[in-house]
Amino acid sequence: MMQLLRDARLVFVKDLRIELRARIVIAQIVPFGVLVLLLFAFALDPRRGMLPTVAPGLFWITVLLASILAVGRSIAVESEHGARDGLRLSGLDGGAIFVGKVGAIVAELLALEVLLLLGTFVLYDVSADGILVLTLTALAATAGIAATGTVYGVLASGAKVRETLVPLLVLPITAPVLLGASKAFESALSGRSGEAWPWVQLLGVFAALYLTVGFVAFGALLEEA
Amino acid sequence: MSVDLHMPPRRARPFLGFAALLGVAATVVMGLFVVPKDVAQGDAYRLLFVHVPAAWLSYLAFAVTALASVLYLVPRTRDIRWDYLAGASAELGVIFTALMLAVGSLWGRPIWGAWWAWDARLTTTAILFFLYLGYLALRRMGGSPEQRAMRSAIAGLTAFIDVPIVHFSVTWWATLHQDGSVFNEKMQVHIRDTSMQLTLLLGVAAFTLLYVYLCTQRVQLLALEEGMAERELQAAIEERVARSGATGTASSAPTTDPSTSATTAVGV
Repeated sequence: MMQLLRDARLVFVKDLRIELRARIVIAQIVPFGVLVLLLFAFALDPRRGMLPTVAPGLFWITVLLASILAVGRSIAVESEHGARDGLRLSGLDGGAIFVGKVGAIVAELLALEVLLLLGTFVLYDVSADGILVLTLTALAATAGIAATGTVYGVLASGAKVRETLVPLLVLPITAPVLLGASKAFESALSGRSGEAWPWVQLLGVFAALYLTVGFVAFGALLEEA
Repeated sequence: MSVDLHMPPRRARPFLGFAALLGVAATVVMGLFVVPKDVAQGDAYRLLFVHVPAAWLSYLAFAVTALASVLYLVPRTRDIRWDYLAGASAELGVIFTALMLAVGSLWGRPIWGAWWAWDARLTTTAILFFLYLGYLALRRMGGSPEQRAMRSAIAGLTAFIDVPIVHFSVTWWATLHQDGSVFNEKMQVHIRDTSMQLTLLLGVAAFTLLYVYLCTQRVQLLALEEGMAERELQAAIEERVARSGATGTASSAPTTDPSTSATTAVGV
């Protein structure tokens, strides 16, 4: 168990270190997310006062789109220079590699979410209530998105058409996450935190399910797929 | 590998196909000409005889895909033919889901007054359609048959466990937003007319036969496609051997005829 955590931490730190040095996440994915949010505001015309009601949905659509890029990055770093073979030969447990990679994506997405949330407050004039609900929702939803993204990312990793295949696979699977996270945010931001709990639970179940699947299957996928 | 995926046997297949054709034809005749008009919906309800069987089939097909995926993943029952079955069944599932959505939409326009409604069941089905569209795209991505089978089996399983979550979340969402009063009528249909009931049953039976027939044909086709490259190689080797061995050393030729060995490997 300790070995597993150590392995996971190794992969986690490795992925984050690559991201910090390559600056793809900071310089491209995060600006992309903020840009999408801005574009939504243009499309919906902020003067109409519609934005506060749709802000939670837009927020999570943005995170979902950014997550596709983050997953793409996470897989791309393993497919260059035979890194994948290195990973396979490293003797690290498949489940630990999965946890490490998911952890790195979660960390990246959470950074984006904090920024977006600040952006949402500024752009959309929503009040910050129910911080606890917001935090739990963000954690559970992001873990679910990162877990499914990593599973499908590695499934599609050998394909020449990976960039187009991953969104087609991940977006329908994560539809419940989008729904649940948007609803929970809506409740929390409008001061009705109590209504958010069923959704937070749903997000938790989703995350637990796909983390388990990924943990069990990742080794085999890395070997055979 | 004691699993036999070749039910029904080859000789029975034309009969199966014929029975499916007959069943579908009978459903068309019954649905269009024999059953009476509905009091409330007029002729539009006749779409039900396609819609309900298609819906049943798409669920059946996706369940078969999930089951075949599990059977491939379990080492004891691992067999490449489970992968063929999963793929064939998912293809049919996607086709029947599209048919169900299209027919439902055609029916919805005159009856609900809208082509589409954000009803829980509709939304779930739409997501299901895209889920399996992605699954089929993943299957086409290349690699060795074993790689494809492994990837597809995991994808098939992960897609299937998402279905209840999608349904649950969408139901919750839809009921929070709107009372499904109008739409629920569809779920609470009471069919009193015997000929209508019979036609519906006939439709379900005919579509099921059609599914079994198409699925077996597709599995066989997938197996043949897979074996094709191998057989071409075998034929090329044999040709080369025959040419170089023109002096009369026939003993260098493979002992088994490649076409028969391939056929038995496929297990037709």
